[in-house]
Amino acid sequence: MAKLTKEDILKLAKLSQLKLSSAEVQEFTTELSSILEYVSHLDKIDVKGLEPTYQVTGLSNVVREDEPIDYPLDKELLMKNLPSVKDNQIKVKRMIG
Amino acid sequence: MKSWDNIARLAYLVNSKKLSAYDLVTESLSEIDKAKEYSAIISTTKKRALERAKQIDDGVKAGKNMGRLAGVPFIAKDNFLTFGSETTAASNMLKGFRAPYQSSAIEKLEAEGAICVAKANLDAFAHGASTENSDFMITKNPHDKTRVPGGSSGGSAASVVLGLAPFSVGTDTGGSIRQPAAFSGCVGLKPTYGLVSRSGVVAMASSTDCIGPLTKTVAEAGLILDIMSGRDALDSTTIDKDSLGYINLDSDLKGKKIGLVSEYFDKSLDKDIKSSIDDLVTKLKSAGAEIVNISLPILPSALAVYYILCPAEVSSNLSRYDGQRFGYSFAEANDLNQSYQESRARGFGKEAKRRIIIGTYVLSSGYYDAYYKKAQLVRTKIVNDFKDAFAKVDFLIGPVAPTQAFKIGEKSNDPLAMYLSDVLTVAPNLAGIPAITIPIDMKNDLPIAVQLMAAQKRDKSLLGAAKKIEDLVS
Repeated sequence: MAKLTKEDILKLAKLSQLKLSSAEVQEFTTELSSILEYVSHLDKIDVKGLEPTYQVTGLSNVVREDEPIDYPLDKELLMKNLPSVKDNQIKVKRMIG
Repeated sequence: MKSWDNIARLAYLVNSKKLSAYDLVTESLSEIDKAKEYSAIISTTKKRALERAKQIDDGVKAGKNMGRLAGVPFIAKDNFLTFGSETTAASNMLKGFRAPYQSSAIEKLEAEGAICVAKANLDAFAHGASTENSDFMITKNPHDKTRVPGGSSGGSAASVVLGLAPFSVGTDTGGSIRQPAAFSGCVGLKPTYGLVSRSGVVAMASSTDCIGPLTKTVAEAGLILDIMSGRDALDSTTIDKDSLGYINLDSDLKGKKIGLVSEYFDKSLDKDIKSSIDDLVTKLKSAGAEIVNISLPILPSALAVYYILCPAEVSSNLSRYDGQRFGYSFAEANDLNQSYQESRARGFGKEAKRRIIIGTYVLSSGYYDAYYKKAQLVRTKIVNDFKDAFAKVDFLIGPVAPTQAFKIGEKSNDPLAMYLSDVLTVAPNLAGIPAITIPIDMKNDLPIAVQLMAAQKRDKSLLGAAKKIEDLVS
C-alpha cells in the first residue's frame, strides 16, 4: 500500500486550502503512512456481490414541500459573526491578482 | 458531589410548586463553580438560564404545567448550537462564535421546560477519545484527576458524574458518548442513526453522527430520548420515533437471548473488565436470559473502515470553515486564497488538520475506489453481519473499551493508539444500531461498564434490557 511522500502531503494541503508548517508536513508524512498501513488490511476482505452502504437506515431522496418557511434565525447574531462587513454585506479579500 | 433527584421527579416537584426552577438552576451553577478544577465546563449560560427559570416558575404560579422537564437544568456538549453563551466545539476556529439559532434537540428539551445551564468541554470538533484534544483545557476524570474522562463527550460525562446537573447531552460518531460514560461512570446512550435530529449540531462525520443523553440511570436516558427523538424537517436523515415512546420500559429478560460477542473478548481486553462482565453474565442467566456465544468475524475490520470514512466526511464537513462567514479569520491576508489557507491553518488544531489531509487523500481521484469505496463495501458486510446476529439473538453484549480510564498524556502523542480506544464502539455507528453504556462495577477506584447493542429501531427494548442490567448490579 502507498507510502506518502512530503510532496503528497503538500499537494493534499493545497487541495484542502490548508497551510501546513514544515514540522506538520514532516509529522503527517510519517503518521499518515502508518495510518494507511493500518487500514490496508481491508484489501484482503472479499466484498464480491456487495453494494456500498452510504445511508444506513435505507432512506433515499427525502424531500419536503417546496414552500418557504419562516425560520427563527437571529439576524443580528448572524451578522455579528461575520469577520468583515461592508454595507451590510460580507467583505472578502481580493480574488484576482 | 451533588446527587440530584430523579429527573421526572424534579419536574413533578417544580410543576407542583414544591421546588423552584430558579433554585435548581442556582444549585447547578453553584456546583459548576465548585468543580472548576475538573475543567468539565467551557462556559455557562447563567443570565439566560436564570431568566428561563423565572419564566418557568411564573408559569407554574399561573397554574400551567411547564412540561416533562420543567425547571430541570442540563449541560450540552459545546458542539450543540445554543443561545446564552458561545458555541465553540472546543476549537480556536469557533472561539467567540454566537449561534444565531439553536439545535433542534435543544429546542425540544426547552419546549418541555428543561434549562441549559452550561456548555461542556470536548475534544476539538469531537475529534478524540480523551478530551485532551480540546483547544482550551483538559477535562479530568471525576474519580482520578490524573486520568482522562474519555471522549469526545468527556465534559458531558464528567458533568453528570460530578453532579453538576441532572443530565447532559452529547454526540457519538464512533463512541464519543459511550466511551466517556464508561470511563467516568454514567449511563450513555447512542440511539439508532437518525432517531434524534442533528440540525444545529457541529457536523463531524454525517453518516455516523448521533445525538444522545448521558444520565445517572437508564430510565432517565429513556425519558430524554423520548423528548429529543423523532422526525425533523431540518434533518432529512431523521426517522420516526417508536409509537410507544421510550418510557415505561419492559425490563423482563425471561426468554431473551443475549449474544456474547467473541471478538470483543480477545486477549487485549483488561482482565478486571472481563471478570466484571463474567459476573454480570451469571446474574443475567439467573434473571432468565439465555446467553449464547456469537461471532462477528468482520468486527476487527470496523476500526479501519471507520478511519477511512470518518476523515473523508470530516474533510468535507470542515470545508465550511473558510474564515469568510463565521469563525476565525486571518485579518492580514493579502488575497482570498491566503485568507482561506491562513485562517484554516491557525483556526484548526493538529487533529483536525490530520483528518482533513487523510480525508482529502482517500477521496481524491485514483484512491477513491481503493479506500473510500472499499470501506463502504466492507461497511455493508458489517451491516449484514449485525443483521444475521440479530436474527439469532435479541441483544449483543460486550465491553465498551479494552481498558479502564487511562492516564492523561498516555496516548496523546500517538494518533493510532488513540484511535484504537474506539475499537469496540465504532461498529454500532457504522451499522446505525443503538448501543448503550451501563456502569456495572468499580475496580481500582475506577468505573467499569458494559455495552449493550440491539437491532436498528429497537431502542426501547434495548433500554428495557439495560434497565434490568442496572437493577442486577445495584
